[in-house]
Amino acid sequence: MKIAVCIKQVPDSWAEKKMVNSRLDREGVDAVLNDLDEYAVEEALRIAEAHGGNEEGGPHTVTVISMGPERATEAVRKSLSMGVNDAILITDAALAGSDALATSAVLAKTIADGGFDLVICGTESTDARMSVIPAMISARLGWAQMTFASKVVVDPAASTVAITRVTEAGVDEISASLPVVISVVEKINEPRYPSFKGIMAAKKKTIETRDLAKVGVSVASAWSEVKDFALRPARSAGVVVTDSGDGGNALATFLAEKKLI
Amino acid sequence: MSTVIILADFQGDVATKTTAELATVGARMGSVCAVVLAPAGKGAALAATLTQGPISSIAIVESDDVAKHGVAAAADALAQVAKAKGAEVVLVASHAFGKEVAARVSIALESGIITDAVDVAADKVATQLVFGGSTTVHSTVTHGTSVITLRPNSVEADLTISSAPSESVSVTISDAAKKSSISSSQPPVKGGRPELTEASVVVSGGRGTNGDFAAVESFADILGAAVGASRAATDAGWYPHSHQVGQTGKSVSPQLYVACGISGAIQHRAGMQTSKTIVVVNKDPEAPLFEICDFGVVGDLFAVLPQATTAVSAQK
Repeated sequence: MKIAVCIKQVPDSWAEKKMVNSRLDREGVDAVLNDLDEYAVEEALRIAEAHGGNEEGGPHTVTVISMGPERATEAVRKSLSMGVNDAILITDAALAGSDALATSAVLAKTIADGGFDLVICGTESTDARMSVIPAMISARLGWAQMTFASKVVVDPAASTVAITRVTEAGVDEISASLPVVISVVEKINEPRYPSFKGIMAAKKKTIETRDLAKVGVSVASAWSEVKDFALRPARSAGVVVTDSGDGGNALATFLAEKKLI
Repeated sequence: MSTVIILADFQGDVATKTTAELATVGARMGSVCAVVLAPAGKGAALAATLTQGPISSIAIVESDDVAKHGVAAAADALAQVAKAKGAEVVLVASHAFGKEVAARVSIALESGIITDAVDVAADKVATQLVFGGSTTVHSTVTHGTSVITLRPNSVEADLTISSAPSESVSVTISDAAKKSSISSSQPPVKGGRPELTEASVVVSGGRGTNGDFAAVESFADILGAAVGASRAATDAGWYPHSHQVGQTGKSVSPQLYVACGISGAIQHRAGMQTSKTIVVVNKDPEAPLFEICDFGVVGDLFAVLPQATTAVSAQK
């Protein structure tokens, strides 16, 4: 099987984010591999390993596909050090400020041209948090959508996939034939830490960079626009008491005064 | 007058308050047509539960494909109704299912999409709270139909009694939308506690619990609250990941948020700082969450919470 994992480099989720010129300021913050995509990378590796592996000469390959600035090679490199075989980074000045529709078009075209059988994504990026890319890629490719998976079982011989979908609406058991687009929730696995060997090996792996012409799609400007934005007024600290034996009572009194109990 | 399509939201066989909220926002922009996606033979019964909100008409789509094929089939049906009605706006609830349906509808209609709006004005300008609620953004769709998802509980619903006329609309679900099949569905497991994102009160525990959530849970139960956890607590395996509040977990905006033993890194604040009232209990007086709380107690949560639990219980 050829497995693709879509990943995104995002501002560190432990860092403060701000807007500059109606866009998220990506320059002034540490950039990392989207936390939620690590579960997708891990799941892809586990699926390959469960069926003969993705080592050189093995039956499966795992490729990460990412769209972003040059700098996104850092996040891509992390996934390579976890054990991914190779990577495609789509980077083009025309993609700056693009929306989910353009992103999904670029990813879907790259996936279609790559001859992949299985695409795995995280459920959302921690910056935009739209949670729409996996569904959009599935719609564009006309492949089965198998999203919010807490369990994935692939049968390569039968070309079938079964997942357990977990959302606030409940739990669904879903099945489909390859090719499919999967998104995985974070409770699905425990992503591995890159080993020293993995980090060294990653330095030798190929990151193929493509521009839009190479991908072969033209991208319209975003179909939505930010009219204005403003920092919300900072909350100011209220009353803070130090517990000297009656802190719990003080708390209950506060809640009663605020009519919260 | 322009047509606004809303996807009626149901829990079991009854329309939710979210449906009335979608209608309330939709009616500012045009005449609201509520789409009811129903299994064969169930349409009229489901539509009959749309009794509240400014709904002008109801379009009933009966198809067993939606229950069998999920998001893709629902989106296929909704896009076809939107096209047939010449809708200028499609409004869907911002939960996992709604956002994915909207995503596919925006592709089908070749239209821009805005997710997680907390409000939409008559001129179709959507308000979003981004970066963990630290920033307010106003944006509009500039191409095609405005496909917008609205967060439940963000607007006050107009609950006027509605008895809109309904019609039956037939659609053809494409083969591409039938490529995955749902073999079984279970409703969410309802514990004794409310769902985290829907709860009006949330009590969360963090590193300071040292893995013992008993005091946090007891206080949550006396308040009828959902239990949340910081990433530190879920990463340590002390509480399930599904309860994580923060940038990489759930965003909550309850009437009351009680943070216990949570220092308040931006990672956590991003998931809870739009809460109406914030209460903090922490041993460390330097914990950053004290800077944004309405009421704070510097103290040991294992002493403060049990006392507060007893005191609240006495007042009830």
